[in-house]
Amino acid sequence: MARVVETVPVAAAPQALPFERARRSASLRFLRTQPLGTAGALLVAALVATALLADVLATHDPVRTSTHVLAAPGGDFWLGTDNLGRDLYSRVIHGSRISLVVGIASTLLGAVLGGLIGLVAGYAGGKTDLLSQRLMDIMQALPILVLALVLAASLGPSLTNAIIAISIPIIPRAARLIRASVLAIRELAYVEAARALGVRHARVALRHILPNTMGPFIVLITAQLGGSILIEATLSFLGFGVPEPYPSWGRMLSIAAAEYAEKAPWLVIWPGLAISLAVFGTNLLGDALRDTLDPRLRGR
Amino acid sequence: MRGYVAKRLLIALVTLVGMSMVIFVLMRLAPGNIVDIIFESAGYVDQADKKQLEHELGVDRPIPVQYARWMGELVSGDLGKSYRYDMRAWVIIKPRLPVTIELAVLALFFSILLGVPAGVVSAARQNKPIDYVLRVLSLAGLSMPSFWLAMIVILLFVRAVGWIPSITYVSPFVDLKANLWQFMVPALAVGYRSSALIMRITRSAMLEVMREDYIRTAQAKGQRPTSVVWRHALKNAGLPVITLIGIEFAFLIGGLVVTETVFNLPGVARYLVEAIQFRDYPVVQNLTMFIAVVVVLANLTVDLLYAWVDPRIKYGNA
Repeated sequence: MARVVETVPVAAAPQALPFERARRSASLRFLRTQPLGTAGALLVAALVATALLADVLATHDPVRTSTHVLAAPGGDFWLGTDNLGRDLYSRVIHGSRISLVVGIASTLLGAVLGGLIGLVAGYAGGKTDLLSQRLMDIMQALPILVLALVLAASLGPSLTNAIIAISIPIIPRAARLIRASVLAIRELAYVEAARALGVRHARVALRHILPNTMGPFIVLITAQLGGSILIEATLSFLGFGVPEPYPSWGRMLSIAAAEYAEKAPWLVIWPGLAISLAVFGTNLLGDALRDTLDPRLRGR
Repeated sequence: MRGYVAKRLLIALVTLVGMSMVIFVLMRLAPGNIVDIIFESAGYVDQADKKQLEHELGVDRPIPVQYARWMGELVSGDLGKSYRYDMRAWVIIKPRLPVTIELAVLALFFSILLGVPAGVVSAARQNKPIDYVLRVLSLAGLSMPSFWLAMIVILLFVRAVGWIPSITYVSPFVDLKANLWQFMVPALAVGYRSSALIMRITRSAMLEVMREDYIRTAQAKGQRPTSVVWRHALKNAGLPVITLIGIEFAFLIGGLVVTETVFNLPGVARYLVEAIQFRDYPVVQNLTMFIAVVVVLANLTVDLLYAWVDPRIKYGNA
């Protein structure tokens, strides 16, 4: 404690500020205590890097067809080609963009909308809370995939509609989580003090309560990202997600892959492996973040 | 207990009414009405036919009247008409129900069979190599798309033993062995994925229980570690697992949608996908509601079971 209070002359100030030092030590502790989480973070970093550098990493145009139909992996085509002669490696690399864009956008949209509902419900309480709780119950009465499937079918296949369809089932989860945090935070002394000072409700909720729900919110987003990537893949597989010519991993596994699976098993193996690794990484990271940020789970 | 049951029933009813409204609105998100879609997909042009169909389906009436009419049909057990097959939807769904029920029951069986022991072992050996291996395996189960897992399994079976999933459904009453062969692999594919969630909740509940005083007492009395884990801890960690199995049911139905499609099983879940693909919207609306009813009933059963098993709940202390 004394070390924190101690003043240091500006000229002799250490290179790292206490805040940066604390952050660095938290990162080191995460690396040491969460080896699986670190592996997850590396996988997620690889996914992001692949998506950002897709144009550099790809060896061919992912949508251009060629006469090299169902070519086996090797030579010019590292992972082989599909039934239209398109390079599978380049398609898998570019597919990471679709997965990441749809995954992040739908998760953020659902989490922000649900978070706001949870904030209002938890802060207002009473009938508003009761009504929103019942509404969330109703939204959770359908399996996520079925709800997303019906939504995607009603809205029609497009990138934006896939994002909307996947985000809606996330709303009740986010709302419940943020509501629970808000219920605990709103009883704290500093919130009471703000209210006693005459700070308006909207300001108390947005400035004083909302920032303190960020921990569980970040955990929710990380944990949900994998689920969103998986739903996008499933919707695209069934033909209701991201339409052609976008190289979506789920769509790559669709009819053509099943039809040629025996003759060209690489059509099934690589896109599926890419989905699994991406989701596995986000799940590992989400689990580790939850364990680190939720004190009740620490040490389990 | 009676008050608790009444309250749960009321919540289930409110949820279902709300769900019906959500589904009703969802089906009207698409531009144009259902008749426009049917006409567009079927290539009909006759305006008189269109008017007649609009009248038959009631889409020419105000929205609240349409909703009330749909509710009336549902309450009387009418699941509407399939415009793709030109027959009552129930006639198509009825023979498909045993397929989905058998797959769901087998998948649930496998998920419990794999998930509970894995969760117990993982908790009993916390932070040991076996714990890490089981956690990674369970997370891998959650990370793999069930349709991909199914495709890989089919591919392996085709390559290894030349087995191809049967296109036609074999009833267990006709040929039990062939039926089990047909269902075993898809049930394992869905079950493995679902077992991951059961494993995680079992592990978490077990870790909580293992810290209780009565466990320490049992250990201090000299009880064998296996007996402490399996007889004392698991019995008390069972409640959250039962709840999850109920919630899991909804998750499982989602898994069936793709598994039935990949394995060519003529079940209800595959029919839903077909109905969406062929824009058979009256069927999609009714089938989605049917799934909601099944999920709500499953959750209600679990709630009641929970109250029956744990007296703290029925007396409102927990």
